[in-house]
Order: sequence, then structure tokens, then C-alpha cells
Amino acid sequence: MIKVTDLKKAFDGNVILKGINLDINAQEVVVLIGPSGAGKSTFLRCLNQLETINSGHIFINGEDITNPKVDINKIRQKLGMVFQDFNLFPHMTVLENIMISPMKVKHESHKTAYETAIQLLNKVGLLNKATAYPDDLSGGQKQRIAIARALAMKPSVMLFDEPTSALDPEMVGEVLAVMQNLAREGMTMIVVTHEMGFAREVGNRIIFMDRGYIVEENSPQNLFSHPQKERTKAFLSKILSSQNNTLNTLQL
Amino acid sequence: MIDFRFDIITEYSHFFLMGTLLTIGLSLASVFLGSLLGLFIAIGELLENKVLAFIFKAYVGFFRGTPLFVQILIIYFGVIPALFGEANGIVSAITALSLNAGAYIAETIRAGIQSISRGQAEASRSLGMNKFQSMRYIILPQAIRRILPALGNEFISLIKDSSLASTIATPELMYWAQSMNAQYYRVWESYISVALIYLILTLTANFILKHFEKKVPVK
Ligand SMILES: Nc1ncnc2c1ncn2[C@@H]1O[C@H](COP(=O)(O)OP(=O)(O)O)[C@@H](O)[C@H]1O
Ligand SMILES: [Mg+2]
Repeated sequence: MIKVTDLKKAFDGNVILKGINLDINAQEVVVLIGPSGAGKSTFLRCLNQLETINSGHIFINGEDITNPKVDINKIRQKLGMVFQDFNLFPHMTVLENIMISPMKVKHESHKTAYETAIQLLNKVGLLNKATAYPDDLSGGQKQRIAIARALAMKPSVMLFDEPTSALDPEMVGEVLAVMQNLAREGMTMIVVTHEMGFAREVGNRIIFMDRGYIVEENSPQNLFSHPQKERTKAFLSKILSSQNNTLNTLQL
Repeated sequence: MIDFRFDIITEYSHFFLMGTLLTIGLSLASVFLGSLLGLFIAIGELLENKVLAFIFKAYVGFFRGTPLFVQILIIYFGVIPALFGEANGIVSAITALSLNAGAYIAETIRAGIQSISRGQAEASRSLGMNKFQSMRYIILPQAIRRILPALGNEFISLIKDSSLASTIATPELMYWAQSMNAQYYRVWESYISVALIYLILTLTANFILKHFEKKVPVK
């Protein structure tokens, strides 16, 4: 459902993405791993055109969204995005955060938007926070609300950019659990994360990125047990030794 | 000072009252129009189109870089007669004060908008909002809360600056002080009286605004 061909992106002549090719099927959970600065965030941001790309194509359900005639606001509704630092709207309650886009962008009635919001709050286990403001929430709660907010637009793909990296360790699990549920329900997901436990358990495919390239991709079993490339091996041994307790953070 | 003439102050009290009301009216009208104009200019300054943005920046540069008094005279003797065929003090005063306040308020609003983190715009755009919706529902409501104190200060400045309108036949507070002085040659009675009234106005405005600010938490 997503097809990326030869995607290139540079910032001020500094080439960050050097030709990315990728096919993602519906209901697939693709986990993007790689060292900091590899271009993972940039890649996600190119997918929903928060960054304009220099060359290449991005097809979503067959439609080339890099075509300037495409209404990008329409496309973005199909691509939910969850950010590392939540970016909840601080001047709105949790409910308003979730309802504003369905109402203003999709012109849903208050009633419809409200019912969806309540349903989503239930799903992320935060119904009791409906009238709270973001400042009154913990990091884990904020991120679960951010997920609910993105889901309210009924996207067909969810993009996660290190959704647990800004969280205290004890809150990582609750966010990953929500994401895992989402995966179970068949949501197509692209997840940038350093949580190798999650990648292994929930990912259908792991992609290792480094210095603007996809270095290697494989099923979790194969990639973690038999990495082919030296860079992958180096990265994995480094991150797994620093994260030997990750598997415990994910309570399944 | 011994023969301080309270009697002429009493005689002028009615004029001072009318002048005070006009001063308040000029200031309110100008801070209101100036805020609308300032918002428009601030968004203009932030346009991606550099040529258009430059026009708005030039506007701000002109109105902040030349004396308000000069602007008032140009508008009273030049612009308004050219547009309407005759001079008009109150219209000229409101026009000049609003155009001038608009430039200062634009800078405040622009800074307010830019103080909202990029993530807010990105999150709203990622949800499908267009630029206008993102500005209208996400960025501006947050920016306004930060701007409010500065808008209050702009209002207080306008109360004082509107005294310049006395020079273009606008019967606001300062105008009556000058009339009194012209009639009786009494400097102290005239100017001390209006100075006190201005002080009461600005202190009251300040008090109300401070009270108001407390009720609008900066989230
Ligand atoms: N807006 C930007 N302007 C300039 N350089 C950027 C910008 N965004 C990212 N970069 C650069 O692109 C590279 C990749 O960044 P990023 O995609 O954030 O990596 P990752 O998410 O894999 O850590 C980094 O070197 C970063 O400095
Ligand atoms: Mg990143």
C-alpha cells in the first residue's frame, strides 16, 4: 500500500536520504532501526511531506503523492503520525485534542467526533483523563493521547517516530502495549524505535538504516539472529548490550 | 502656586470629562484596529513569498522608524484630505494611532507566533489541517495568550500617545489642557490636572489588565 522509489532528500546540499526503495503491504508492521542521524526521522517526515523531497516517488494506494497536484492535506489524513515529544495541543483538553481535526478537517459533527474520541480514549485506557489538560498528564499518558488523536482521523497507516524515547523507563511499556494492540487489530505501521523487544515481538519486518541508506532488511528472527552486514552486526551488538533489559519492559 | 485656581479647573471639569472619554475612545479604537492590522501584518511578515513578506516588513520599518507625531501630521494634512476631501481630526487620530500601533503589535504577534514550537504546527499539519486551520486553531490561540500582556502595554502607550492628537483639532484630554492654558495663561492648573487624569487612566488600565492576565493562564 506504500511504495517508495529512489527517494532522495538533502538539507542545504547535505544529502540525508540517498535513494530509499521500500514496499509496505497493508497490515504490515515495519520497524525502522538504525543509529542516530541515519535519516529515520527524515524518512518518516518525507512520507507525509513534512519535508519536501528532492527526487523519487512515494505512492500511497497507487497514488503518487509527490505529484504537486495532489492535495497533501487529504493524504496526511491517511497517515497518522506520532512524534517523540508528543506535540499535544497544550491549550486544549484531551477531548478537544482528539476532536479538533475530525471536526475541522473532516467536518464531522460534534456528536460523531465525541463518540469516536470516547471510544479511542477507552482503547488507550485514559477515559478518565478526557477533560484533563496535557500539562496534567504523565509522559506515557501524553503519548497514548497522541496516538488516540492520530487514530481519530481514521488513518490507514500510522507512523511512529521514536514514540517512547522521551519517556521515563517505567512508562515505555504502557505505550508499547497500545501500539501492539493496534498492530493486532491490523493497522499498517511504520515504527522507528530503539526498543528491540518490541521490534522482535511486534514487527513483521525490520529495516536497518544507516547514513541515508537501507542497509539491510529482514524478518525479525533473521535480522536479529543472522544479520548479514557488518554495520548491522555492529549496531545490534551495541544496542542490545546497552538494552539487555528491553524485553522486560514489554509486558505482553 | 499659592494662588492655585481651583475655580478654573471646576469650570473646565466638564471639558476634561469629555476629553477623557475621547482619549479612552481613541485608545480603545486604536488598540482594536491596531490588533487586527497587527495580526494581518504579522502573518504577512511570515509569508514564504519573500517579496510579499518584505512589503509587510517595510511597513513595520516605516511606522516604527518615524515619529508618531510626523505620522499624525501626514495623515491629518495629507492622507485624509486626499481621500475624503476634507480634514478630520478624530478620523485622522484613529487612523494614525491604529497604523502606528499596528506596526508595533505586528512585531509582538510575530514574535508570539514564532515562540510556539514547530512541533505544534507539524502535529496539526500531520492531522490534515491546512495552514490556515493550523494557524487559527493551534498556533494563534497559544500565541495570543503570550501576547496579551504586551497588548495591554500597547493600550497604555496609546492612552499617552493619543495626546498628540491635540495638535490636529481633536478635543481629547490634552486639547482641553491647552485650551485652558490659552484662555487663562495658567500652566500648572492646566497641565497638572491632565497629567493626574492620564496617570489615573494608565494606573487603572494597568490594574485591570493585570487582573485580567491572571485569569488567562499562559499554558
Ligand atoms: N531540518 C533539517 N535541517 C538540516 N539538517 C537536518 C534537518 N533535519 C535533519 N537533519 C539532519 O539529517 C540527518 C538525519 O537526521 P534524522 O532523520 O533526524 O536522523 P535519525 O532520526 O535517524 O536520528 C542528521 O544529520 C540531521 O542533522
Ligand atoms: Mg530521529
